Amino acid sequence: MNPLRDWQKDSLWAVLALLLLLALPLASPSRVVIDFIIRLCAMGLLATSLNMLVGYGGMVSFGHAMFFGSGAYVFALMLQKASVSVPVALLSAVVACAVLAAVIGAICVRLKGIYFSFLTLAFQMLLHSIIITWTSMTGGDQGLTGGIPRPVFWGIDLAQSQHMYVFCCVMAVGGLLAMRLLMQSPFGYTLRMLRDNEDRAAYLGVNVWRVRLYAFVLAGVFAGLGGVVMSLFVSGAFPDFSYWTMSGEAVFMIMMGGIHVFIGPLVGAGLLQIFNDTVTRFTPYHGLALGVVILLFTLGFQRGVTDIFRVLRRPSHEAPSAKETS
Amino acid sequence: MELTALLECLGSVSCIVTQSSTGLIIGALLFLVAAGLTLIFGVLGVINFAHGSFYMLGAYVALTAYRVTDSYALAALAAGLGVGAFAWVFERFFMRRVYQSDVLLQLLVCYAFILILDDVVKIVWGAEFQSMGMPKSFQMPPLFIGGGVVPVFYVYLMLAAGLIALLLWFTLTRTRMGKIIRAAAQNPAMTSALGLNTRLIYALVFSFGGLLAGLAGGLAAPVRSMSPGMGFSILIESFIVTVIGGMGSVSGALLGALLIGMIRSFGSIGFPLFVEGLMFLSMVLILVFKPSGIMGKAQS
Repeated sequence: MNPLRDWQKDSLWAVLALLLLLALPLASPSRVVIDFIIRLCAMGLLATSLNMLVGYGGMVSFGHAMFFGSGAYVFALMLQKASVSVPVALLSAVVACAVLAAVIGAICVRLKGIYFSFLTLAFQMLLHSIIITWTSMTGGDQGLTGGIPRPVFWGIDLAQSQHMYVFCCVMAVGGLLAMRLLMQSPFGYTLRMLRDNEDRAAYLGVNVWRVRLYAFVLAGVFAGLGGVVMSLFVSGAFPDFSYWTMSGEAVFMIMMGGIHVFIGPLVGAGLLQIFNDTVTRFTPYHGLALGVVILLFTLGFQRGVTDIFRVLRRPSHEAPSAKETS
Repeated sequence: MELTALLECLGSVSCIVTQSSTGLIIGALLFLVAAGLTLIFGVLGVINFAHGSFYMLGAYVALTAYRVTDSYALAALAAGLGVGAFAWVFERFFMRRVYQSDVLLQLLVCYAFILILDDVVKIVWGAEFQSMGMPKSFQMPPLFIGGGVVPVFYVYLMLAAGLIALLLWFTLTRTRMGKIIRAAAQNPAMTSALGLNTRLIYALVFSFGGLLAGLAGGLAAPVRSMSPGMGFSILIESFIVTVIGGMGSVSGALLGALLIGMIRSFGSIGFPLFVEGLMFLSMVLILVFKPSGIMGKAQS
């Protein structure tokens, strides 16, 4: 297989998906559909970036929403309090998420399995409590309200719903394509190797800690982009964005959609969103319904799911070689 | 930061006594929850993410039992036994099926139960804050020790927690049951080959861990207000405690719990907005300098 051709194929799919998304409002200009897609853009970025860690890296993070939340807050705060332009706010959100992920990742990625999960969860709760207590800056548990200004940049006016829709779609498709290319790159295969056999990778000269940290930072950045889309959608930011339930939902999304297919988490995000929208219409006890569904999935589908894990653990036929690692 | 307030407090005996008793009480309750968490981890090798929900369930069961029987002791007992029984069912029908699975599945099963239990509590007891109130038998003037105020209830609570800690230590180190549990923790395959029912031991340990969490919830009921979702912060705190003390080590849990209790109590004077940050900071320091925890053996 020629890597260049793979690269072109993925990009072609991305362009096709983008064109389809952009044509959608022409076919069905319904507000509900548009809102659904924008939210899906945000959640799809969150879930897919989490799957870079879980599916490709074997690192089950249970605190991934902290980057989603920080992306949303930094972006919204930069626009609201610092009155910068949209690209600058976007860049600040990305940099902030990268720095945060680098610091937290440096501590967390040394740990394995359940320790890693719990530690990421703990850091997320720390961030959440900071957001709640720092009322003067973040608005506390009320969230960052008052709307965010959207100065026109490069002829793009995010206050217009069409511009907003296109912007979100481009962000999501671009982000997903970037992640796909990363996961198909030598870096992505090194990450898979660490998941399958960490010791062997270390013997081959891979700096395990560094590769995991890079993955953690990258995943944090893309989750932050998801947060940016979400903060544009709700025109603010809320502490729930970085609450543990958000991480839990993201974990369930990728499990439901499948962690062994790149597009799986996006499908899972869509399914969960449809489920949430339907359930909240009928009952206030959304958690109860979601909990039962998760139990059905995790216990009922166990044979199917464990089979997936068995396939994952088996050294894949496309096992990477050391020469590709940096 | 209000360092002057902290220094002022450290300069007066009365303030030290008051804050220490608060710290001890937080630590004692935290120890009960963390001991169950660390015990389950040590023997079964899984972390029970729903442990905080067990604590919450204990508090609510105690509330109802107290309203029915009007006895605090019975309420605490009902909380412990009720949650212990629930933990048994949880282990038997749900957790047991994912021991061999990936962390992802264990996490999701517990996540599902946290969601379900929070909503069940909302349905049964309501979403608003509730409180049990101080039982009549403890409604008496507080003790004054060195000028510091110590409510009588705190003394009883500390005694109860101390007694449980002692009992736990005795059972684990001085009885046949404790020996079997330690054997199952060290080498389950060998233990099972020697004719001991490891599945039963697992169920017992899990349910006993649940019992401790429920008991803690019940014991704490008079001094804590209750709301659905209250278990989550205690879950995070007990996790920090177990990391500091060493995963799987009960004596480490005691040390870590007392440390966190003191940090919370004195930290709230010196760094009112950074108390949680202080707890995390202590955990990070431990992770960087001694990743296995104060009392823990090296991670495998």
